[in-house]
Amino acid sequence: MPSLTLVQSINLALQQEMERDERVVILGEDVGLNGGVFRVTEGLQKRFGPERVVDTPLAESGIMGTAIGLAMAGMRPIPEIQFEGFLGPAYDQLVNHAARYRTRTRGAVTIPLTVRVPVGGGIHAPELHSDSPEAIYAHHPGLKVVMPATPYDAKGLLLSAIRDPDPVVFFEPKRVYRSFREEVPEDDYTIPIGEAKVVNEGTDVTVVTWGATVFECLAAMDKLPEDVSVELIDLRSIYPFDLDAVVNSVQKTGRCVVVHEAPKTAGFGAEIAASIQEHGFLHLKAPVQRVAGFDTVMPYYKLELDYLPDAKRVGEAVQQVLAY
Amino acid sequence: MAQISAKPPTTSRPRRLSAGLPDTTVIGWLRQMVLIREFENRTGQAYQQAKIGGFCHLYTGQEAAVVGTIAATEPDDPIVTAYRDHGHALARGMDPGACMAEMFGKITGCAKGKGGSMHMFDKPHWLFGGHGIVGAQTPLGAGLAFAAKYEYEVLRKPLPNPGVEQGSPAKKKVALCYLGDGALNQGALHEAMNLAGLFGLPVIYVVENNGYSMGTSIARGTTMADDLTKKADAYGITGRTIDGFDVMHLYDEFKPLVDECRAAQRPAFVDLKTYRYLGHSMSDPQKYRTKDEVDQFKAKDSIDRMAHHLMEERRCLPEDAFMAMQKEAKEVVRAALEFAEQSPAPDPATELYSDVLVNPMPGMSPSGEYVRGAKNPLL
Repeated sequence: MPSLTLVQSINLALQQEMERDERVVILGEDVGLNGGVFRVTEGLQKRFGPERVVDTPLAESGIMGTAIGLAMAGMRPIPEIQFEGFLGPAYDQLVNHAARYRTRTRGAVTIPLTVRVPVGGGIHAPELHSDSPEAIYAHHPGLKVVMPATPYDAKGLLLSAIRDPDPVVFFEPKRVYRSFREEVPEDDYTIPIGEAKVVNEGTDVTVVTWGATVFECLAAMDKLPEDVSVELIDLRSIYPFDLDAVVNSVQKTGRCVVVHEAPKTAGFGAEIAASIQEHGFLHLKAPVQRVAGFDTVMPYYKLELDYLPDAKRVGEAVQQVLAY
Repeated sequence: MAQISAKPPTTSRPRRLSAGLPDTTVIGWLRQMVLIREFENRTGQAYQQAKIGGFCHLYTGQEAAVVGTIAATEPDDPIVTAYRDHGHALARGMDPGACMAEMFGKITGCAKGKGGSMHMFDKPHWLFGGHGIVGAQTPLGAGLAFAAKYEYEVLRKPLPNPGVEQGSPAKKKVALCYLGDGALNQGALHEAMNLAGLFGLPVIYVVENNGYSMGTSIARGTTMADDLTKKADAYGITGRTIDGFDVMHLYDEFKPLVDECRAAQRPAFVDLKTYRYLGHSMSDPQKYRTKDEVDQFKAKDSIDRMAHHLMEERRCLPEDAFMAMQKEAKEVVRAALEFAEQSPAPDPATELYSDVLVNPMPGMSPSGEYVRGAKNPLL
């Protein structure tokens, strides 16, 4: 079984799905000849040709709209948007169109679209290249939103996303694109959208997170006293999210800390906290805490680490809910 | 004042394409135009009676534009348009009852009363909407053309779609993407035209140029308003200006362009001159134009012109047959109204939250039926 980085795992999934299904096409800025801004699509144009791995002009609205038109006609397009901030120009197409066709046409026209987007901070890039807008897209009915944190999950979730009949925004945490390797089966496997993963079983406090902060939470656990037992949940899918996994865990632990990079106010952590109090209120031993980015524009690299939730802040929040 | 001209066509061909078509075909075009006119008249009334909700943009005056262009396509050429879309739906063959019921918000509408006036979809007739955001349909047109080209050149077989026989050979298609002149000023169009030109996509951007984007005349809204084909030049796309008031002439000009784009699998852009008699929507004080101007265009009405041609020049339509055609249109639309009126509204218990995602998340809003774990008794 090959040991792959996140980038390599996504590349493998794309390659295998393009071989399996000739309706799959990739389109985006520099995805072909150059292999993509993060080299995720490296070698795919050489293998599948320029008619299936399509270099487009720099035009996000045009890329997204063209992909939606392809999907309407029965294709399986995978547009790549280079950075999450560049979803802005494509927002109209994605939210006002792709998300709504199933409802608008009562199921007659569906949009099997997978939008690949690098997301999050930690690579010394400024705002628009380091943001975490997952809650914005999770808010719109008709879109699915996923964010795998590991190479294994990335391949399984990407194959699910491409085969899903609805539009999926597939966020790739760029901070961990190449940070570690993991064994990834060459076989075909899928991870269902909407299924969280319990990274670590525990009894005292539930920590819910997704994306690159999974690893900050793991680092925090290393530094906590040995007798603190943390149940760490990697949500993996933001919408639909695994309410069962979260609620079942909180019923066991009675405490919860939600961790995400996006600004705190109206971040997806708010939805998790609200859901916990709706479904597990009487089990709670402490208020749900949020460790998040601050309510400011993502700062440039000198302040980047001050903004991003880190092991220290996560550890403190865990101690706080335990001491409550 | 409007900057558009309603001059009759100045070009003449030795033999008009439409002259060679069977009488039944061209009479059929007039029948469609008469049907659309009647349909829109009654739609306007139904709106005034508050039977149609939301917004409503009538096509009255532009009938020749859609009938002449769609006549030049094959039934499975994909079509996408903006929000003034009732004429496109009817010309493409949508059942008038389903079209009217959609506006009434009834379950029997083309989208079960979910889309409304601006969102006419009819996948079996290859009509992909009906779009409420000005210009946003233009990259979709590029995508539909991309898929068509991919089917023909890469897959070499048709994509699985309703009504498509599997195993049938892929064929060359052309997508028609309609837009209003207001959409000329939207960014999406320019991205789409650049992509279409760059990739050689078989899509024809048909600007139904009625001279006004809502209340702004074209000269006040866009550059090079007197020759829009210059915009197409900028993207290396063939541009044509076609008079859209005479359906026969329109077909004669447009059909060869469709054939060329189909054969060569390349895009085109058409500035199709037309005019809407009524306001932009149902609530438009129309301070931007005079009654005289509207009357000048009405004097050259495309339906009158076509009826005159068929009755007096081509002499293939007796006057009583034309009368019968109008009567038939009234009957069809009356039946459509009755159908819409009598159809039930969607049942909120089953329809309000359906068709959002194929497999919505358990416990998603609004059901609150979270059964595993501690169910909140308040939900």
